[in-house]
Amino acid sequence: MKTRLGDIELKNPVIPASGTCGFGMEMSEWMDLNHLGAIATKGTTRDARYGNPLPRIAECGASGLINAVGLQNPGVDEVIRHEMPALRAIYNGPIIANVSGFNVEDYAYVCQRIDQETDAAILEVNISCPNVHNGGMAFGTTPEAAAEVTRAVKAVTRKPVYMKLSPNVTDITAIARACVEAGADGLCLINTVLGMRIDIRRRKAIVANRYGGYSGPGIFPIALRMVNQVRQACPKTPIIGCGGVGSAEDVIEMMMAGANAVEIGAANLQNPQVCKQIIDRLPKLMNELHIEHLQDIIGIV
Amino acid sequence: MKQSKWTIKSNLPLAYQIYCMVLQGDTSDIRPGQFVEIALPGYYLRRPISVSNVVDNELTLIYKTVGQGTAAMAQMKRGQELDILTCLGNGYDLSKAGKEVLLVGGGVGVPPLFYAAKCLRRMGKEVRVVLGFNSIHDVFAEREFKALGCQVDVCTMDGSYGTQGVVTDLIKPSAPYYYACGPLPMLKALVKNVGTNGQISMEERMGCGVGICVGCSIETKHGIKRVCKEGPVFPADEVSF
Repeated sequence: MKTRLGDIELKNPVIPASGTCGFGMEMSEWMDLNHLGAIATKGTTRDARYGNPLPRIAECGASGLINAVGLQNPGVDEVIRHEMPALRAIYNGPIIANVSGFNVEDYAYVCQRIDQETDAAILEVNISCPNVHNGGMAFGTTPEAAAEVTRAVKAVTRKPVYMKLSPNVTDITAIARACVEAGADGLCLINTVLGMRIDIRRRKAIVANRYGGYSGPGIFPIALRMVNQVRQACPKTPIIGCGGVGSAEDVIEMMMAGANAVEIGAANLQNPQVCKQIIDRLPKLMNELHIEHLQDIIGIV
Repeated sequence: MKQSKWTIKSNLPLAYQIYCMVLQGDTSDIRPGQFVEIALPGYYLRRPISVSNVVDNELTLIYKTVGQGTAAMAQMKRGQELDILTCLGNGYDLSKAGKEVLLVGGGVGVPPLFYAAKCLRRMGKEVRVVLGFNSIHDVFAEREFKALGCQVDVCTMDGSYGTQGVVTDLIKPSAPYYYACGPLPMLKALVKNVGTNGQISMEERMGCGVGICVGCSIETKHGIKRVCKEGPVFPADEVSF
Protein backbone atom coordinates (compact mmCIF):
# COMPACT_ATOMS: atom_id res chain seq x y z
CA MET A 1 0.00 0.00 0.00
CA LYS A 2 3.06 2.24 0.07
CA THR A 3 3.28 5.33 -2.05
CA ARG A 4 5.54 8.38 -2.35
CA LEU A 5 5.14 12.12 -2.39
CA GLY A 6 8.53 13.17 -3.75
CA ASP A 7 11.12 11.97 -1.22
CA ILE A 8 8.51 11.25 1.44
CA GLU A 9 7.28 7.70 1.76
CA LEU A 10 3.71 7.14 2.95
CA LYS A 11 2.68 3.75 4.35
CA ASN A 12 -0.57 4.10 2.41
CA PRO A 13 -2.13 6.79 0.18
CA VAL A 14 -4.93 7.77 2.61
CA ILE A 15 -4.77 11.29 4.07
CA PRO A 16 -7.64 13.05 5.88
CA ALA A 17 -8.00 16.40 4.11
CA SER A 18 -7.41 19.74 5.74
CA GLY A 19 -10.50 21.02 7.52
CA THR A 20 -12.02 17.59 8.03
CA CYS A 21 -9.78 16.34 10.83
CA GLY A 22 -8.82 19.46 12.82
CA PHE A 23 -5.35 18.84 14.25
CA GLY A 24 -6.08 15.16 14.77
CA MET A 25 -7.18 15.22 18.40
CA GLU A 26 -10.84 14.34 17.84
CA MET A 27 -10.04 11.66 15.26
CA SER A 28 -7.61 10.03 17.71
CA GLU A 29 -10.60 9.28 19.96
CA TRP A 30 -11.83 6.65 17.49
CA MET A 31 -8.76 5.59 15.53
CA ASP A 32 -4.99 5.29 15.85
CA LEU A 33 -3.72 8.12 13.65
CA ASN A 34 -0.57 6.12 12.97
CA HIS A 35 -2.55 3.98 10.50
CA LEU A 36 -2.89 7.00 8.20
CA GLY A 37 -0.63 7.69 5.25
CA ALA A 38 -0.34 11.29 6.43
CA ILE A 39 -2.57 13.92 8.02
CA ALA A 40 -3.40 17.35 6.56
CA THR A 41 -4.00 19.80 9.38
CA LYS A 42 -6.55 22.62 9.55
CA GLY A 43 -5.81 25.66 7.39
CA THR A 44 -3.67 28.01 9.45
CA THR A 45 -3.50 31.79 9.09
CA ARG A 46 -1.28 34.47 10.65
CA ASP A 47 -3.97 35.56 13.14
CA ALA A 48 -6.67 33.58 14.94
CA ARG A 49 -9.99 33.59 13.07
CA TYR A 50 -13.57 32.83 14.09
CA GLY A 51 -14.58 32.40 10.47
CA ASN A 52 -17.95 33.11 8.87
CA PRO A 53 -21.30 33.66 10.60
CA LEU A 54 -23.67 30.70 11.12
CA PRO A 55 -25.17 28.75 9.47
CA ARG A 56 -22.06 27.53 7.71
CA ILE A 57 -23.32 24.17 6.46
CA ALA A 58 -25.92 23.19 3.85
CA GLU A 59 -26.59 19.64 2.76
CA CYS A 60 -26.83 18.76 -0.94
CA GLY A 61 -29.02 15.65 -0.91
CA ALA A 62 -27.01 12.45 -1.18
CA SER A 63 -24.22 14.10 -3.15
CA GLY A 64 -22.46 16.13 -0.47
CA LEU A 65 -22.59 19.44 1.34
CA ILE A 66 -21.73 23.08 1.08
CA ASN A 67 -19.54 24.57 3.78
CA ALA A 68 -18.66 28.18 4.42
CA VAL A 69 -16.62 27.79 7.60
CA GLY A 70 -14.20 30.52 6.50
CA LEU A 71 -10.89 29.28 7.89
CA GLN A 72 -11.70 29.19 11.59
CA ASN A 73 -8.35 28.47 13.25
CA PRO A 74 -6.39 29.49 16.34
CA GLY A 75 -3.65 31.33 14.39
CA VAL A 76 -0.06 30.28 13.69
CA ASP A 77 1.28 31.09 17.20
CA GLU A 78 -1.19 28.78 18.90
CA VAL A 79 -0.83 26.11 16.20
CA ILE A 80 2.95 26.03 16.78
CA ARG A 81 2.72 26.28 20.57
CA HIS A 82 -0.11 23.86 21.18
CA GLU A 83 -1.71 22.04 18.25
CA MET A 84 1.36 20.67 16.46
CA PRO A 85 3.10 19.38 19.63
CA ALA A 86 -0.17 17.78 20.78
CA LEU A 87 -0.51 16.02 17.41
CA ARG A 88 3.14 14.96 17.45
CA ALA A 89 2.65 13.40 20.89
CA ILE A 90 0.18 10.86 19.48
CA TYR A 91 1.22 10.57 15.82
CA ASN A 92 4.62 9.84 14.29
CA GLY A 93 3.76 9.95 10.56
CA PRO A 94 4.09 12.81 8.07
CA ILE A 95 2.20 16.02 8.84
CA ILE A 96 0.99 18.10 5.92
CA ALA A 97 0.56 21.62 7.30
CA ASN A 98 -2.12 23.53 5.41
CA VAL A 99 -1.53 27.28 5.24
CA SER A 100 -3.76 30.12 4.09
CA GLY A 101 -3.47 33.87 3.81
CA PHE A 102 -4.94 37.17 2.69
CA ASN A 103 -1.85 38.57 1.01
CA VAL A 104 1.45 37.20 -0.25
CA GLU A 105 3.32 38.33 2.89
CA ASP A 106 0.88 36.38 5.12
CA TYR A 107 1.50 33.17 3.20
CA ALA A 108 5.28 33.61 3.43
CA TYR A 109 5.15 34.53 7.13
CA VAL A 110 3.05 31.55 8.18
CA CYS A 111 5.06 29.14 6.00
CA GLN A 112 8.33 30.41 7.42
CA ARG A 113 7.09 30.00 11.00
CA ILE A 114 5.86 26.47 10.34
CA ASP A 115 9.06 25.65 8.47
CA GLN A 116 11.26 26.76 11.35
CA GLU A 117 9.18 25.79 14.36
CA THR A 118 7.49 22.48 13.48
CA ASP A 119 8.51 19.18 11.95
CA ALA A 120 5.74 19.22 9.33
CA ALA A 121 6.83 17.20 6.29
CA ILE A 122 5.00 19.21 3.65
CA LEU A 123 3.56 22.71 3.41
CA GLU A 124 0.20 22.62 1.63
CA VAL A 125 -0.52 26.15 0.49
CA ASN A 126 -4.22 26.84 0.11
CA ILE A 127 -4.76 29.28 -2.75
CA SER A 128 -8.27 27.97 -3.27
CA CYS A 129 -10.48 28.69 -0.24
CA PRO A 130 -13.79 29.94 -1.69
CA ASN A 131 -15.08 31.17 1.66
CA VAL A 132 -12.96 34.20 2.46
CA HIS A 133 -12.99 37.55 0.77
CA ASN A 134 -9.81 39.32 -0.40
CA GLY A 135 -7.72 36.21 -0.23
CA GLY A 136 -7.79 32.46 -0.46
CA MET A 137 -9.15 31.59 -3.86
CA ALA A 138 -8.19 34.99 -5.32
CA PHE A 139 -4.60 33.70 -5.44
CA GLY A 140 -5.57 30.46 -7.13
CA THR A 141 -7.55 31.75 -10.08
CA THR A 142 -4.81 33.37 -12.19
CA PRO A 143 -1.48 31.76 -13.13
CA GLU A 144 0.38 34.99 -12.21
CA ALA A 145 -1.01 35.21 -8.65
CA ALA A 146 -0.53 31.47 -8.05
CA ALA A 147 3.08 31.74 -9.21
CA GLU A 148 3.67 34.79 -7.02
CA VAL A 149 2.50 32.99 -3.87
CA THR A 150 4.53 29.91 -4.83
CA ARG A 151 7.73 31.95 -5.26
CA ALA A 152 7.18 33.84 -2.02
CA VAL A 153 6.70 30.62 -0.07
CA LYS A 154 9.57 28.77 -1.74
CA ALA A 155 11.89 31.63 -0.81
CA VAL A 156 11.34 31.05 2.94
CA THR A 157 11.25 27.27 3.28
CA ARG A 158 13.23 24.17 2.40
CA LYS A 159 10.26 21.92 3.05
CA PRO A 160 8.38 20.60 0.03
CA VAL A 161 5.68 23.06 -1.03
CA TYR A 162 2.40 21.71 -2.44
CA MET A 163 -0.01 24.25 -3.88
CA LYS A 164 -3.69 23.40 -3.27
CA LEU A 165 -5.60 24.31 -6.41
CA SER A 166 -9.10 25.59 -6.99
CA PRO A 167 -11.47 23.93 -9.46
CA ASN A 168 -13.21 27.29 -9.95
CA VAL A 169 -11.09 28.20 -12.98
CA THR A 170 -11.36 27.85 -16.74
CA ASP A 171 -8.12 25.94 -17.19
CA ILE A 172 -6.62 24.30 -14.13
CA THR A 173 -3.58 23.11 -16.10
CA ALA A 174 -2.48 26.73 -16.67
CA ILE A 175 -2.50 27.34 -12.89
CA ALA A 176 -0.79 24.01 -12.22
CA ARG A 177 2.00 24.73 -14.74
CA ALA A 178 2.50 28.23 -13.34
CA CYS A 179 2.95 26.81 -9.82
CA VAL A 180 5.37 24.12 -10.97
CA GLU A 181 7.40 26.61 -13.02
CA ALA A 182 7.54 28.89 -9.95
CA GLY A 183 9.08 26.06 -7.96
CA ALA A 184 6.19 24.12 -6.40
CA ASP A 185 7.31 20.64 -5.37
CA GLY A 186 3.84 19.19 -5.73
CA LEU A 187 0.15 19.95 -6.19
CA CYS A 188 -3.01 19.11 -4.30
CA LEU A 189 -6.33 19.21 -6.13
CA ILE A 190 -9.15 19.96 -6.00
CA ASN A 191 -10.44 22.24 -3.27
CA THR A 192 -14.23 22.69 -3.04
CA VAL A 193 -16.42 23.83 -5.93
CA LEU A 194 -18.13 27.16 -5.34
CA GLY A 195 -21.82 26.46 -4.85
CA MET A 196 -25.09 27.62 -3.34
CA ARG A 197 -28.32 26.31 -1.78
CA ILE A 198 -31.51 28.28 -1.15
CA ASP A 199 -34.13 27.75 1.55
CA ILE A 200 -37.23 28.10 -0.64
CA ARG A 201 -39.53 28.76 2.32
CA ARG A 202 -37.44 31.60 3.73
CA ARG A 203 -36.31 32.73 0.26
CA LYS A 204 -32.75 33.03 1.53
CA ALA A 205 -29.41 31.36 0.91
CA ILE A 206 -28.96 28.56 3.47
CA VAL A 207 -25.40 29.46 4.44
CA ALA A 208 -25.01 32.94 5.90
CA ASN A 209 -22.06 33.58 3.57
CA ARG A 210 -24.48 33.07 0.61
CA TYR A 211 -22.05 30.87 -1.35
CA GLY A 212 -19.84 28.10 -0.07
CA GLY A 213 -17.60 25.24 -1.08
CA TYR A 214 -19.37 22.15 -2.42
CA SER A 215 -17.72 18.84 -1.57
CA GLY A 216 -18.67 15.17 -1.42
CA PRO A 217 -19.35 12.44 -3.99
CA GLY A 218 -20.97 14.94 -6.38
CA ILE A 219 -17.59 16.51 -7.17
CA PHE A 220 -15.65 13.25 -7.55
CA PRO A 221 -15.95 13.10 -11.37
CA ILE A 222 -14.80 16.74 -11.61
CA ALA A 223 -11.83 16.10 -9.32
CA LEU A 224 -10.90 12.99 -11.24
CA ARG A 225 -10.96 14.82 -14.59
CA MET A 226 -8.87 17.69 -13.23
CA VAL A 227 -6.28 15.38 -11.63
CA ASN A 228 -6.04 13.57 -14.95
CA GLN A 229 -5.56 16.83 -16.90
CA VAL A 230 -2.91 18.07 -14.47
CA ARG A 231 -1.16 14.69 -14.52
CA GLN A 232 -0.79 15.07 -18.29
CA ALA A 233 0.25 18.73 -18.04
CA CYS A 234 2.80 18.10 -15.26
CA PRO A 235 3.90 14.47 -15.74
CA LYS A 236 6.69 14.50 -13.13
CA THR A 237 4.97 16.48 -10.35
CA PRO A 238 3.66 14.64 -7.29
CA ILE A 239 -0.11 15.13 -7.01
CA ILE A 240 -2.38 14.67 -4.02
CA GLY A 241 -5.83 13.89 -5.46
CA CYS A 242 -8.76 15.26 -3.51
CA GLY A 243 -12.48 15.73 -4.03
CA GLY A 244 -15.37 13.42 -3.24
CA VAL A 245 -13.29 10.35 -2.40
CA GLY A 246 -15.27 8.08 -0.07
CA SER A 247 -14.18 4.49 -0.65
CA ALA A 248 -11.16 2.31 -1.43
CA GLU A 249 -12.51 2.05 -4.99
CA ASP A 250 -12.44 5.85 -5.28
CA VAL A 251 -8.83 5.89 -4.01
CA ILE A 252 -7.76 3.47 -6.75
CA GLU A 253 -9.68 5.44 -9.36
CA MET A 254 -8.06 8.69 -8.24
CA MET A 255 -4.61 7.10 -8.41
CA MET A 256 -5.29 5.70 -11.88
CA ALA A 257 -6.22 9.25 -12.91
CA GLY A 258 -2.79 10.41 -11.76
CA ALA A 259 -2.70 10.98 -7.99
CA ASN A 260 0.30 9.81 -5.95
CA ALA A 261 -1.73 10.01 -2.75
CA VAL A 262 -5.35 10.82 -1.94
CA GLU A 263 -7.04 13.12 0.54
CA ILE A 264 -10.41 12.19 2.05
CA GLY A 265 -12.51 15.23 2.97
CA ALA A 266 -16.30 15.39 3.22
CA ALA A 267 -16.57 11.63 3.77
CA ASN A 268 -15.04 12.09 7.27
CA LEU A 269 -18.02 14.25 8.19
CA GLN A 270 -20.46 11.54 7.15
CA ASN A 271 -18.54 8.62 8.58
CA PRO A 272 -15.80 9.52 11.07
CA GLN A 273 -14.22 6.07 10.65
CA VAL A 274 -14.07 6.17 6.85
CA CYS A 275 -10.26 6.60 6.60
CA LYS A 276 -9.70 3.55 8.76
CA GLN A 277 -12.26 1.53 6.77
CA ILE A 278 -10.64 2.51 3.46
CA ILE A 279 -7.16 1.55 4.72
CA ASP A 280 -8.51 -1.80 5.95
CA ARG A 281 -10.20 -2.50 2.61
CA LEU A 282 -7.38 -1.39 0.26
CA PRO A 283 -5.19 -4.53 0.37
CA LYS A 284 -8.16 -6.78 -0.48
CA LEU A 285 -9.24 -4.50 -3.30
CA MET A 286 -5.68 -4.33 -4.68
CA ASN A 287 -5.63 -8.10 -4.64
CA GLU A 288 -8.98 -8.30 -6.48
CA LEU A 289 -7.69 -5.89 -9.11
CA HIS A 290 -4.29 -7.64 -9.39
CA ILE A 291 -2.43 -4.52 -8.26
CA GLU A 292 0.86 -5.49 -6.62
CA HIS A 293 2.21 -1.99 -6.00
CA LEU A 294 0.16 1.21 -6.04
CA GLN A 295 3.09 2.88 -7.84
CA ASP A 296 2.21 0.77 -10.88
CA ILE A 297 -1.22 2.34 -11.39
CA ILE A 298 -0.49 6.04 -10.87
CA GLY A 299 -1.68 7.89 -13.95
CA ILE A 300 -2.12 4.78 -16.09
CA VAL A 301 -5.35 6.12 -17.59
CA MET B 1 -18.29 8.89 20.21
CA LYS B 2 -19.58 5.39 19.51
CA GLN B 3 -20.70 4.16 16.10
CA SER B 4 -23.14 1.26 16.05
CA LYS B 5 -26.18 -0.30 14.38
CA TRP B 6 -29.64 0.21 15.85
CA THR B 7 -33.03 -1.34 15.13
CA ILE B 8 -36.24 0.68 15.13
CA LYS B 9 -38.72 -0.70 17.67
CA SER B 10 -41.39 1.93 17.05
CA ASN B 11 -41.78 5.28 15.28
CA LEU B 12 -45.05 7.07 16.00
CA PRO B 13 -46.50 10.60 15.80
CA LEU B 14 -46.74 12.38 19.14
CA ALA B 15 -48.01 15.87 18.23
CA TYR B 16 -48.12 18.14 15.17
CA GLN B 17 -44.91 17.33 13.19
CA ILE B 18 -43.46 15.66 16.29
CA TYR B 19 -42.50 11.97 16.22
CA CYS B 20 -41.18 9.52 18.78
CA MET B 21 -38.73 6.85 17.65
CA VAL B 22 -37.64 4.05 19.97
CA LEU B 23 -34.47 2.22 18.94
CA GLN B 24 -32.73 -0.87 20.29
CA GLY B 25 -28.94 -1.05 20.51
CA ASP B 26 -25.91 -0.21 22.63
CA THR B 27 -27.08 2.50 25.06
CA SER B 28 -23.96 2.36 27.25
CA ASP B 29 -22.47 5.67 28.41
CA ILE B 30 -25.28 7.83 26.94
CA ARG B 31 -25.83 10.84 29.26
CA PRO B 32 -28.77 13.26 29.54
CA GLY B 33 -28.32 16.35 27.35
CA GLN B 34 -26.20 14.51 24.79
CA PHE B 35 -27.28 13.92 21.20
CA VAL B 36 -26.92 11.26 18.52
CA GLU B 37 -26.21 11.54 14.77
CA ILE B 38 -28.36 9.33 12.55
CA ALA B 39 -27.30 8.34 9.03
CA LEU B 40 -30.34 8.46 6.73
CA PRO B 41 -30.30 6.61 3.40
CA GLY B 42 -30.24 9.17 0.56
CA TYR B 43 -28.95 12.07 2.66
CA TYR B 44 -25.26 12.91 2.90
CA LEU B 45 -25.10 14.36 6.40
CA ARG B 46 -26.32 12.70 9.56
CA ARG B 47 -29.20 14.24 11.51
CA PRO B 48 -28.38 15.40 15.05
CA ILE B 49 -31.20 14.49 17.46
CA SER B 50 -31.18 14.97 21.25
CA VAL B 51 -31.51 11.99 23.56
CA SER B 52 -34.99 11.88 25.08
CA ASN B 53 -34.74 8.77 27.21
CA VAL B 54 -32.73 5.63 27.81
CA VAL B 55 -34.26 2.47 29.30
CA ASP B 56 -32.06 -0.65 29.31
CA ASN B 57 -31.09 -1.19 25.63
CA GLU B 58 -33.73 1.21 24.33
CA LEU B 59 -33.10 4.76 23.21
CA THR B 60 -35.98 7.21 22.71
CA LEU B 61 -35.64 10.10 20.27
CA ILE B 62 -38.36 12.72 19.91
CA TYR B 63 -37.88 14.79 16.78
CA LYS B 64 -39.66 17.32 14.61
CA THR B 65 -40.03 17.02 10.84
CA VAL B 66 -38.31 20.24 9.83
CA GLY B 67 -37.06 19.22 6.38
CA GLN B 68 -36.84 16.37 3.90
CA GLY B 69 -34.43 14.30 6.01
CA THR B 70 -36.54 14.26 9.17
CA ALA B 71 -39.67 13.77 7.01
CA ALA B 72 -38.02 10.64 5.59
CA MET B 73 -37.19 9.57 9.14
CA ALA B 74 -40.86 9.83 10.07
CA GLN B 75 -41.68 7.29 7.34
CA MET B 76 -39.31 4.66 8.72
CA LYS B 77 -40.79 1.42 9.97
CA ARG B 78 -40.28 -0.98 12.85
CA GLY B 79 -37.41 -3.39 12.20
CA GLN B 80 -35.41 -1.01 9.99
CA GLU B 81 -31.71 -0.76 10.83
CA LEU B 82 -29.89 2.58 11.29
CA ASP B 83 -26.23 3.57 11.64
CA ILE B 84 -25.98 5.97 14.58
CA LEU B 85 -23.20 7.84 16.38
CA THR B 86 -23.98 8.07 20.10
CA CYS B 87 -22.49 9.75 23.20
CA LEU B 88 -22.03 13.08 21.35
CA GLY B 89 -21.61 16.40 23.14
CA ASN B 90 -21.13 17.15 26.80
CA GLY B 91 -24.64 16.73 28.26
CA TYR B 92 -26.09 18.42 31.33
CA ASP B 93 -23.99 18.71 34.48
CA LEU B 94 -26.66 17.51 36.92
CA SER B 95 -24.35 17.87 39.94
CA LYS B 96 -25.01 21.62 39.88
CA ALA B 97 -28.70 21.15 40.80
CA GLY B 98 -29.87 22.04 44.31
CA LYS B 99 -32.63 20.27 46.24
CA GLU B 100 -35.12 22.10 44.01
CA VAL B 101 -34.53 22.40 40.30
CA LEU B 102 -36.31 23.97 37.33
CA LEU B 103 -36.54 22.56 33.81
CA VAL B 104 -37.65 24.90 31.03
CA GLY B 105 -38.52 23.56 27.59
CA GLY B 106 -39.93 25.13 24.45
CA GLY B 107 -41.36 23.11 21.55
CA VAL B 108 -38.93 20.57 20.15
CA GLY B 109 -36.48 21.69 22.86
CA VAL B 110 -38.50 19.70 25.40
CA PRO B 111 -37.20 16.16 24.62
CA PRO B 112 -33.66 16.32 26.13
CA LEU B 113 -35.15 17.59 29.40
CA PHE B 114 -37.08 14.37 29.89
CA TYR B 115 -34.02 12.17 30.43
CA ALA B 116 -32.57 14.94 32.64
CA ALA B 117 -35.79 14.99 34.70
CA LYS B 118 -35.68 11.24 35.14
CA CYS B 119 -32.08 11.34 36.39
CA LEU B 120 -32.78 14.32 38.68
CA ARG B 121 -35.80 12.53 40.19
CA ARG B 122 -33.60 9.48 40.83
CA MET B 123 -31.20 11.81 42.64
CA GLY B 124 -34.13 12.79 44.90
CA LYS B 125 -34.57 16.32 43.53
CA GLU B 126 -37.81 18.29 43.55
CA VAL B 127 -38.30 18.99 39.86
CA ARG B 128 -40.53 21.71 38.46
CA VAL B 129 -41.06 21.63 34.70
CA VAL B 130 -42.33 24.56 32.63
CA LEU B 131 -43.18 23.70 29.04
CA GLY B 132 -44.10 26.15 26.28
CA PHE B 133 -45.73 25.37 22.95
CA ASN B 134 -47.40 27.34 20.14
CA SER B 135 -50.82 25.71 20.50
CA ILE B 136 -52.69 22.63 21.78
CA HIS B 137 -51.68 20.66 18.64
CA ASP B 138 -48.01 20.97 19.56
CA VAL B 139 -48.22 19.84 23.18
CA PHE B 140 -46.47 16.63 24.20
CA ALA B 141 -44.65 15.00 27.16
CA GLU B 142 -46.78 16.62 29.90
CA ARG B 143 -48.12 13.29 31.20
CA GLU B 144 -44.70 11.65 31.04
CA PHE B 145 -43.09 14.38 33.17
CA LYS B 146 -45.98 14.09 35.67
CA ALA B 147 -45.48 10.33 35.84
CA LEU B 148 -41.89 10.96 36.99
CA GLY B 149 -43.30 12.98 39.91
CA CYS B 150 -42.44 16.42 38.49
CA GLN B 151 -44.62 19.46 39.02
CA VAL B 152 -45.59 20.44 35.46
CA ASP B 153 -46.91 23.73 34.07
CA VAL B 154 -47.77 24.12 30.41
CA CYS B 155 -48.36 27.31 28.48
CA THR B 156 -49.31 27.96 24.87
CA MET B 157 -48.83 31.12 22.85
CA ASP B 158 -52.47 31.12 21.69
CA GLY B 159 -53.94 29.99 25.00
CA SER B 160 -55.54 26.88 23.47
CA TYR B 161 -54.01 24.74 26.26
CA GLY B 162 -52.69 25.57 29.73
CA THR B 163 -51.84 29.15 30.55
CA GLN B 164 -51.78 31.65 27.70
CA GLY B 165 -48.34 33.17 27.25
CA VAL B 166 -44.69 32.22 27.27
CA VAL B 167 -42.65 30.16 29.73
CA THR B 168 -41.09 33.18 31.41
CA ASP B 169 -44.59 34.34 32.47
CA LEU B 170 -44.67 31.27 34.74
CA ILE B 171 -41.20 31.64 36.24
CA LYS B 172 -40.35 33.95 39.16
CA PRO B 173 -36.99 35.77 39.17
CA SER B 174 -36.17 33.82 42.37
CA ALA B 175 -36.33 30.51 40.49
CA PRO B 176 -33.90 27.74 41.48
CA TYR B 177 -31.01 26.45 39.31
CA TYR B 178 -32.37 25.62 35.86
CA TYR B 179 -31.80 23.48 32.79
CA ALA B 180 -33.32 24.86 29.60
CA CYS B 181 -33.70 23.93 25.95
CA GLY B 182 -35.78 25.67 23.32
CA PRO B 183 -35.83 28.39 20.69
CA LEU B 184 -33.30 31.22 20.98
CA PRO B 185 -35.89 33.93 21.90
CA MET B 186 -37.08 31.73 24.80
CA LEU B 187 -33.54 31.19 26.09
CA LYS B 188 -32.80 34.89 25.72
CA ALA B 189 -35.95 35.87 27.69
CA LEU B 190 -35.15 33.30 30.35
CA VAL B 191 -31.65 34.67 30.93
CA LYS B 192 -33.02 38.23 30.95
CA ASN B 193 -35.81 37.50 33.46
CA VAL B 194 -34.32 34.83 35.70
CA GLY B 195 -30.58 35.34 35.27
CA THR B 196 -27.77 32.99 34.40
CA ASN B 197 -28.08 30.51 37.27
CA GLY B 198 -28.47 27.48 35.02
CA GLN B 199 -27.47 25.60 31.88
CA ILE B 200 -28.86 25.96 28.39
CA SER B 201 -28.79 23.58 25.49
CA MET B 202 -28.05 25.10 22.07
CA GLU B 203 -29.01 23.99 18.58
CA GLU B 204 -27.10 24.65 15.35
CA ARG B 205 -26.78 23.28 11.83
CA MET B 206 -23.96 20.74 12.02
CA GLY B 207 -21.61 19.14 9.56
CA CYS B 208 -20.01 16.26 11.38
CA GLY B 209 -21.36 16.32 14.97
CA VAL B 210 -18.03 15.05 16.30
CA GLY B 211 -15.92 18.23 16.40
CA ILE B 212 -13.84 17.90 13.25
CA CYS B 213 -15.45 20.35 10.80
CA VAL B 214 -16.08 23.36 13.10
CA GLY B 215 -19.27 24.06 11.13
CA CYS B 216 -21.27 24.79 14.31
CA SER B 217 -18.87 27.06 16.24
CA ILE B 218 -20.37 29.88 18.30
CA GLU B 219 -18.60 32.83 19.91
CA THR B 220 -19.12 32.62 23.68
CA LYS B 221 -17.91 34.83 26.50
CA HIS B 222 -15.11 32.28 26.97
CA GLY B 223 -14.01 32.06 23.37
CA ILE B 224 -15.06 30.02 20.36
CA LYS B 225 -16.91 26.80 21.22
CA ARG B 226 -18.27 24.02 19.04
CA VAL B 227 -21.95 23.33 19.78
CA CYS B 228 -21.34 19.65 18.95
CA LYS B 229 -18.25 19.17 21.09
CA GLU B 230 -17.90 21.70 23.94
CA GLY B 231 -21.74 21.93 23.89
CA PRO B 232 -24.58 21.48 23.21
CA VAL B 233 -25.02 22.41 26.88
CA PHE B 234 -23.44 25.67 28.06
CA PRO B 235 -23.52 27.49 31.40
CA ALA B 236 -26.14 30.22 30.84
CA ASP B 237 -23.60 32.96 31.68
CA GLU B 238 -21.28 31.80 28.90
CA VAL B 239 -23.59 32.27 25.91
CA SER B 240 -23.55 35.62 24.11
CA PHE B 241 -27.07 36.38 22.89
